[in-house]
Amino acid sequence: MEVGRLPISASQRGKLIRAGYTTLSSLSSLSPSDLARELNVTNSEALEILKVASLNSRLDRTDGGHAIFNGAQTAWDMLHEEQLLRRITTSCADLDNILGGGINCKEVTEIGGVPGIGKTQLGIQLAVNVQIPVDLGGLGGKAVYIDTEGSFMVERALQIAEASVLDMVEYNDLLRKEHRKCQVNLKPNDLLESIYYFRICSYTEQMAVISYLDKFISAHKDVKIVIVDSVTFHFRQDFEDLALRTRLLSGMALKLMNLAKTYNLAVVIFNQVTTKYMEGSFQLALALGDSWSHSCTNRVILYWNGDDRYAFIDKSPSLRSASAPFSVTGKGIRNSASNHKRIKLM
Amino acid sequence: MADKLIKEMGLPKSMANVFAARNITTAQEALALTDFELMLLLDVGMAEVSSALARISEIACPPYQTALALMEQRIQKEGHGGHLPTGLKGLDEALCGGIPFGVLTELVGPAGIGKTQFCMKLSLLASLPTAYGGLNGRVIYIDVESKFSSRRMIEIGVQSFPDIFNMKGMAQEMAGRILVLRPTSLSKFTESLQQIQVALRQQQVKLVVIDSMTAVISGDYGQGASRQHLLGWHVSFIKSLAEFSRIPIVVTNQVRSQTRDEGCQYSFQVRSTEDPVGYDSHLVAALGINWAHSVTIRLVLEAKSGQRFIKLAKSPMSPPLAFPFNITAAGISLLDDYGRELKGAEINKIHSHGHSDVINFDGKGCSDQWGKPT
Repeated sequence: MEVGRLPISASQRGKLIRAGYTTLSSLSSLSPSDLARELNVTNSEALEILKVASLNSRLDRTDGGHAIFNGAQTAWDMLHEEQLLRRITTSCADLDNILGGGINCKEVTEIGGVPGIGKTQLGIQLAVNVQIPVDLGGLGGKAVYIDTEGSFMVERALQIAEASVLDMVEYNDLLRKEHRKCQVNLKPNDLLESIYYFRICSYTEQMAVISYLDKFISAHKDVKIVIVDSVTFHFRQDFEDLALRTRLLSGMALKLMNLAKTYNLAVVIFNQVTTKYMEGSFQLALALGDSWSHSCTNRVILYWNGDDRYAFIDKSPSLRSASAPFSVTGKGIRNSASNHKRIKLM
Repeated sequence: MADKLIKEMGLPKSMANVFAARNITTAQEALALTDFELMLLLDVGMAEVSSALARISEIACPPYQTALALMEQRIQKEGHGGHLPTGLKGLDEALCGGIPFGVLTELVGPAGIGKTQFCMKLSLLASLPTAYGGLNGRVIYIDVESKFSSRRMIEIGVQSFPDIFNMKGMAQEMAGRILVLRPTSLSKFTESLQQIQVALRQQQVKLVVIDSMTAVISGDYGQGASRQHLLGWHVSFIKSLAEFSRIPIVVTNQVRSQTRDEGCQYSFQVRSTEDPVGYDSHLVAALGINWAHSVTIRLVLEAKSGQRFIKLAKSPMSPPLAFPFNITAAGISLLDDYGRELKGAEINKIHSHGHSDVINFDGKGCSDQWGKPT
């Protein structure tokens, strides 16, 4: 049973979800003082919440069969949980649409494309967008950015952060014309401060950081997205033992999936492109081979179509195969302007 | 970080001994095995292995910084916020200050377009004192094709900064800061790189230029997998040089014609029936797509209808702009500081249209040439 159906106040529910507790089972072994500390509420409030939770879970156990398996969930519960989880917007409505609302938490999404298509741009945009406050429809979380190629430019992150703050203020003004209850107090520097940046210079460091993230995120529970840009670089340069490479990559994929599920966060990894001889001609394909292509839950390919950038859902258990245009502007990732511009000029 | 020794990581004595007994001494060796494999190899329980690996990962992992701290550190400690200003106003603005430190910047274009000229100008700029917009440091110029001309460089200096260069002894001082290496083979080049790594730690080197990368790599070795492998090692090494010493590294690359076999579409894309190759010679950068991924900034120099352009083909912080430029006595100068924004994949194309007109002209009706004998 999930937290969304508990008879507690909305703010308490919001706090529980933000702290990562979406099911009753996750609350079962917690002491009131720990919960109070995590949610930043008084001890008595925490005790109340736990009482309500245990009462409801007792009611649940009489009819549910999931007491038999540890860690199992019914599909119904999973559906409710998914509906509660917010998605991280990409700032491009068309792209959000084909992604079902945005990048999903609890899943690993792989995004690949040719150099210069905008992978790092999308990464920085997501690292900023995950911080959109809950009141404005976002997750209010922080980001971990693992940079293996040195393509993260702070100046660009600042540009995107500034544009994002302006957008948030504008949206806030439109939304709450009558009730000016919430003010957007975020400044671009605050957004930069919530991005934890790791610079990785070898594949060993890459393996080390992904193993270390478990400890890091349990100490920084507000991290809601982990971005790896790119996962390919160090595995492509001078790897002689391909069998070792495949083993290391699959170990890494498992760890990332584990992270996503345990801490309820989104994992986005970027991949590069290679040419492959298929069906009688050379074609572009994502790097790292066929066995890697099975490792990620979702796979999105960014490509050029004429003069526009497009994103294509190549593989996903729940999303339909579709393409959407997007553009990279001075403000970051935005809707593709080609249609709008023509209308405006007329 | 990968070479950190296991015995210095503070693991419990018993675990440290077990690792040593199986000849696993560095973090790299330990992390190359999965949890299960280690458990079998070391003959200990899963819990001990997991906690040992957690400890090793934590030590081997580089420290993190918030993006804000990163920005503040760059602004405080580095000249011009971590950039080498090129003196070309439009380009510097687009690049948020100039050629960035710590990453690879590539100059690619057809022969004679001006890549070496640009490199010489950059070398000069890096050697100038900070008061004049330079980095006040030494420059290492790896000149594979013997194109570096010190006479031309002094001329660029005299024309661009007359007040400095006309001072007594300044020309000698500035030129004395530029070290030119001329490796004649790939192995000599590799040696030079390793020497540079040592020099970077000791001396005030502020810029490394490699002119050109293509000539080094295509020399001895054939096509295909072995070449890619070799290139891969060099790319990693050069990138790590840039990263650790926080200096800009500029690399030039040549072009080759587009072969029909070139992959340019994914399997899910509808194959276009039109022939993508147009009438003017369609060129692509050499060294392959892997190299294209590895460079952080790609500046394409091309000639279109007799006019040279410098384009920002790949840059994480700039819009896709193209600036018309000319080669003058003072090096390179932009004709227009605003640049033209190019749509779509056009920014990546390299044109050589009317190029021969540009380099073989005889001085009539074009910008001043720098005393090249016709």
